[in-house]
Amino acid sequence: MTPNLNLWLIPILPLAGAALNGLWGRRSSRQAVTTVALVFSGAAFAMALWVAARFSSIPLPYQEFLAHWIRSGTFGADFAFYLDQLSLVMLLVVTGVGFLIHIYSVGYMWDDPSYYRFFAYLNLFMFFMLTLVLANNYLLMFIGWEGVGLASYLLIGFWFTKDSAASAGKKAFIVNRIGDFGFLISLFLLIQHFGSLTFEQVFHSIAPMSPETAGAGVLTAVGLLLMVGACGKSAQIPLYVWLPDAMEGPTPVSALIHAATMVTAGVYMVARSHVIFERAPMALTVVAVIGTLTAFFAATIGMAQTDIKKVLAYSTVSQLGYMFMACGVGAFSAGIFHLMTHAFFKGLLFLAAGSVIHAVGGEQDMRKMGGLRTKIPLTFWTMTAGTLAIAGIPGLAGFFSKDEILWRVYQASWIYWVVGIVTAFLTSFYMFRLWFLTFFGEYRGDADGTAGEHGHAAHHADRRHGHAAIHESPPVMLAPLAILAILSVVGGYVGVPGSLGGGNRFDKFLDPVFRSTTPALNTQHNAPGETNPPEQQTEGTEPQTSHATELVFTGISVAAAVLGFGLAWTFYYRDPQLPERVATDLDGLYDAVVHKYYIDELYGEVFVKPLVEGSTRILWQGVDQNLIDGTVNNSAQAARHVSDETRHMQSGNLRSYAGWIAAGSAAIIAFMIWMGVGQ
Amino acid sequence: MSLHLILFLTFGAVCVAGAVNLLAQRHPINSALSLIAVMGALAGEYLLLGAEFVAAIQLIVYAGAIMVLFVFTIMLLNAGEEERTKGSRVAILLGVPGMLIGGTLVAWVLLRHSGTGSAPVGALLGDPKMIGQLLFHEFLLPFEVTSILILIAIMGAVVLATKPEATEKRKAR
Amino acid sequence: MVPLSYYLLLSSILFACGVAGFLIKRNIITIFMSIELMLNGVNLSFVAFAAHWHRLSGQVFVFFVMVVAAAEAAVGLAIIISVYRTRETLNVDQVNLLKL
Repeated sequence: MTPNLNLWLIPILPLAGAALNGLWGRRSSRQAVTTVALVFSGAAFAMALWVAARFSSIPLPYQEFLAHWIRSGTFGADFAFYLDQLSLVMLLVVTGVGFLIHIYSVGYMWDDPSYYRFFAYLNLFMFFMLTLVLANNYLLMFIGWEGVGLASYLLIGFWFTKDSAASAGKKAFIVNRIGDFGFLISLFLLIQHFGSLTFEQVFHSIAPMSPETAGAGVLTAVGLLLMVGACGKSAQIPLYVWLPDAMEGPTPVSALIHAATMVTAGVYMVARSHVIFERAPMALTVVAVIGTLTAFFAATIGMAQTDIKKVLAYSTVSQLGYMFMACGVGAFSAGIFHLMTHAFFKGLLFLAAGSVIHAVGGEQDMRKMGGLRTKIPLTFWTMTAGTLAIAGIPGLAGFFSKDEILWRVYQASWIYWVVGIVTAFLTSFYMFRLWFLTFFGEYRGDADGTAGEHGHAAHHADRRHGHAAIHESPPVMLAPLAILAILSVVGGYVGVPGSLGGGNRFDKFLDPVFRSTTPALNTQHNAPGETNPPEQQTEGTEPQTSHATELVFTGISVAAAVLGFGLAWTFYYRDPQLPERVATDLDGLYDAVVHKYYIDELYGEVFVKPLVEGSTRILWQGVDQNLIDGTVNNSAQAARHVSDETRHMQSGNLRSYAGWIAAGSAAIIAFMIWMGVGQ
Repeated sequence: MSLHLILFLTFGAVCVAGAVNLLAQRHPINSALSLIAVMGALAGEYLLLGAEFVAAIQLIVYAGAIMVLFVFTIMLLNAGEEERTKGSRVAILLGVPGMLIGGTLVAWVLLRHSGTGSAPVGALLGDPKMIGQLLFHEFLLPFEVTSILILIAIMGAVVLATKPEATEKRKAR
Repeated sequence: MVPLSYYLLLSSILFACGVAGFLIKRNIITIFMSIELMLNGVNLSFVAFAAHWHRLSGQVFVFFVMVVAAAEAAVGLAIIISVYRTRETLNVDQVNLLKL
């Protein structure tokens, strides 16, 4: 007897919170808004935990049918939810990190006049994200997909009176849309070829198909198009340009949406569609290549950014590239593992950055920070935990997940591995650069440098806060930081690989999801040289023979991380003038990197400008003004002219009337004679 | 050249002359008098066609009553001569040739079919008895309606033509 | 024997003169008389056709035409008189208050 988990409550609770706050938040007190927001998102988290607790006792995959939605001929889609290990991981990440960020936002957004609106949007986002994760068919997932795009737009442009924020919101939404277009086409293809969008049915139909090694075919097309959608949502090349601009939104938004959850929707979707991708090797390769390129590309840009949030944004793009790299070689569980740890430490990093920004009164330029270690110690220590995690220092979460990925991609091709190692080095470098610039050295900013004293500051760059001195954040903001810091440290221990003595429980946990139904394909998941006996315990456990090799590689990646630390230490601690000299030496190259390789400008010239030009000249002036308005106006003018002429008939002159009558009757009579009437 | 034809042509000439004179004269009284002449000649034509009742009615009602009414009105309103203006000169210049052309056209069309029918003298004798029979049998309804029509016309004419002061004097009294 | 067409020709001449007078003349009363001339022309053709087809109803119709002409003359002249009272003119070109 399958118990009813009432999964539908998990998305609906935040929706209720969003509705309450959205409709009545304006007239409610801050306390009421806070209560509603935290209660509903907390309840969703609690339910997720409860589901997790009962997880072992329910048959999987668990599907819950809510209501009929579309019934059109043979095609149908329902409001139904799907729970398996993958969804559970995503569920816990989304609700857990989401709830923590809600708590943080209470402190961060307290002084904002649109406090209620923020939480309404945030809850709305949670609703859509949870729908996306729990959907049992692509169409419902697409609704969540679009919905998180909408929430992202609303939240990026939260301070919509600021031009840059409004533009950033628009950019995010439009670029997302391009990806969604690809996603939609793939859905159409799926409907056309498999007659359904429900995961179970589609994957069941696809299972007996053999891999399309020719690189062409339905599954390859579907896979490529799904990847287009993922590129849009998860900010991969070529559709990553919206994510750095999305930093216009409040920092909790950046943490939740653009680090921990929304951008990972693409990875989730690719992992969910692994059945398709496994049978379309070319699409899978494309995924891996895009992921690799993006990881490296974004890391190089991140090296030269001066805005603390932009560094983290490019870092996110880069880490997402890692996840796609993993999925692209078939190591889906490794990708999801990194997704989870990334949610922890990237969320932490963003929240801590927000705390830093809050402390210095709104300044985001790292060149104006420095020496904050002693002034905001708690933030410093949590951020250190995050930085160590992302750099891949052994013992913390990022180390295990990143290493897993690097090991698995090496088995597909050493090129991936080399790029991955270099990127890891770069990651470590720019993260420690951020760390040094922000927390060490002399304070270079404008806010009052003496902690504890609330003196007058000469410069009020802050739009969110009235204080002037550098001060630690309130406990409501620090608590989530602490929790996430702990998770960043211990979160990786669920996935300790066999080479280091662990059982890689995470991999084993997700195994039932990713185990392919075709035994032959399972060889992709295994280390080379290993067969696949039916009672083998897991696809991901490395055999003893390769453990030594893996340890060597682990050592290399650790060395890369330490090297990055060392370089950052040299540049930004020991010899702060060095970066300047290097920058001037590498003049042209440095310029290109700082300006993000002028990609935005390129897109602007190639895509945006012709579109806007064409729209203005052809559609607006040509069609709308000349054709449509012209037709209407000209017909009115014509009517006026005709009536202008014919009104002369109404001369008031009796004789002219008589003349008209005579002429008219003569014409009629002539016509009648000509027609032969009375002949 | 039968007598019928000669008489027809005579009366016809008077008709046409009167009609043209109506156009040519500047003073309305002259036009009225020519119209009376036309009507008289037409009565002759009707007699030639054997419509004696109609001929009599024409003279009594049309020429005798209606035209008298016209003449009275002309005298009452003291209508004067029409002036010669540019417009009337143009009208004569264009209209006379135009009329001649039109008339020739019509004449040619009509005379082409001259052999189709004939109207001998007194072909249909329309004596009062016969007319009366028709009036009170087939055409009873129109007959009654015309009597009402005349009544309305009388009332309308009286209302329209009454002097405004006369009405006020009656009201004030 | 006078062919029917002669009568018709005469009738049309009279009618045409009536139309011409109606269009050309400026005095209201003269215009009215032109209308009467038109009616007379039509009467002649009615009687001619009645004789041609040996049907008396043509003449009866002439009777009705005359009745209507009488009524119309009465009312029309009354209108002319009241127009003369207000406009002090019999020139039809000056009765143009309905000009657009």
